[in-house]
Amino acid sequence: MREELLLIIEKNSRIDLKELAVILGVSQEDVLNELQNLEKEGIICGYHTLIDWDKTSVEKINALIEVRVTPQRGQGFDHIAERIYNYPEVKSVYLISGAYDLLVTLEQKSLKEISAFVSDKLSTLESVLSTATHFILKKYKDHGTILEKKHKEDEREIMI
Amino acid sequence: MSIPISKTIQDIKPSGIRKFFDIVSEMKDAISLGVGEPDFDTPWHIRDEGIYAFEQGKTFYTSNSGLKDLRIEISNYMKRKQGLIYCPDGEILVTVGGSEAIDIGLRAMINEGDEVIIPQPSYVSYEPCARLAGANPVIIDLKSENEFRLTAEELENAITDKTKVLILPYPNNPTGAIMEKSDLEKIAKVIKEKDIFVMSDEIYSELTYSDTPHVSIASLDGMRDRTLLINGFSKAYAMTGWRLGYACGPKELLAQMTKIHQYCIMCAPTISQYAAVDALKNGDEDVKTMKMSYNQRRRFLLNAFNEMGLECFEPFGAFYVFPCIKEFGMTSEEFATKFLEEEHVAAVPGTAFGRSGEGFLRISYAYSLDTLKVAMERLARFVNKLRSK
Repeated sequence: MREELLLIIEKNSRIDLKELAVILGVSQEDVLNELQNLEKEGIICGYHTLIDWDKTSVEKINALIEVRVTPQRGQGFDHIAERIYNYPEVKSVYLISGAYDLLVTLEQKSLKEISAFVSDKLSTLESVLSTATHFILKKYKDHGTILEKKHKEDEREIMI
Repeated sequence: MSIPISKTIQDIKPSGIRKFFDIVSEMKDAISLGVGEPDFDTPWHIRDEGIYAFEQGKTFYTSNSGLKDLRIEISNYMKRKQGLIYCPDGEILVTVGGSEAIDIGLRAMINEGDEVIIPQPSYVSYEPCARLAGANPVIIDLKSENEFRLTAEELENAITDKTKVLILPYPNNPTGAIMEKSDLEKIAKVIKEKDIFVMSDEIYSELTYSDTPHVSIASLDGMRDRTLLINGFSKAYAMTGWRLGYACGPKELLAQMTKIHQYCIMCAPTISQYAAVDALKNGDEDVKTMKMSYNQRRRFLLNAFNEMGLECFEPFGAFYVFPCIKEFGMTSEEFATKFLEEEHVAAVPGTAFGRSGEGFLRISYAYSLDTLKVAMERLARFVNKLRSK
């Protein structure tokens, strides 16, 4: 049930306990226990809402920053990653295979703020060798959800 | 001048409730629970293979029996799923949906006056196809107390010296019933004793929700050469509109079927065949995901029936549930009509699938949980209204 439960709430964290129990074919108590375990084990790390900020009047600019760094002895990339992810404006930090090391995503109110972050904070870190910043112009799909979903009528015929 | 019309075809009734469902499209807030096809889009990688095939100009006929690559994949699939060995050359025929395989299978087997045993409730095309092939259909009325499984006794009672073929429709549309290995073994015994043949329609084979996967009767001892196995891509891979199915069986029979197919169809759609190769090679995960959703909906519906006190056996196959509405003292058709008129929800009367469907409704769960939720609220309201009268 664990994997199935995770798959369901990954897409719909607002689903209530009763319904989860029904569609999983287990008791509500079992679902509750499993959810608590998953939280305790750090498998469920949070419950978020996917928001398309572009449709609001709030200004938000997102950037992807490729960062090349020198790994540190005994710590690999973990230490520098921590230095970077502690900034609240940093939304995600991934260690990447290939031409660069860390992929950092950033959310700010303006281009200026992003460039300030890159030039003042990120680039000045000792082990950062270089950065390349890419601004996100439009989000088509995020977290597996198509943001501008075209409405599709159910055109299926009743055939028996 | 009189329009020439065959007596045989004239005697076959059109699907009678067509009119009833035309109402659905006119009602603005109507919810249909009537369709018999998946609500999922064909998985993207399969569609992508179709697009690629178009780009590559794969727009010609294939060989009559179907693309060699596809027949090889079907052969691999049968081995992987059922441990059945079918030779891609001669024992597998790619058809236009499972429905073509049903038609030409019967036509290739039947002589005028042969009897074909059809357990009902079941898919609506068996009886007309049998008649068109010149057979006399012999109906077995399946029983709800057996969860609509076919029993050896029922089969034995239906067999005469004219019996040629048993149509075995499991996992079943419309009841959602399945036949497990132990059920099939009893049937197989009778088949062998009475020396008859089976046409096993296993189009829903991927959609079963019990602990053990679907077992084909062809995989039982001594049954492979007594079985025409029919399957296809529509239900498992959500590919209904691609019109692609197949038949596997002994080569003597397949050779005759291929002749009919050759003269009336030529070959199944080429683009669909290329896409289907990808479905069989890379589609297992998609099937798993869709099946998981169906199972969640199935549980949701059974729970909803339970809460409203509506009798329904637990179906373990396809994407249908078959609740009993006998307590309301109406025919299936009356109930379905009233339900549509008053609550704007369309469900198919069980009688559309044979007289033994009387007192039952087919509810399809090829719909999102959100849709099913609204529909079940309406059904609960409707049922309460009827009971309080």
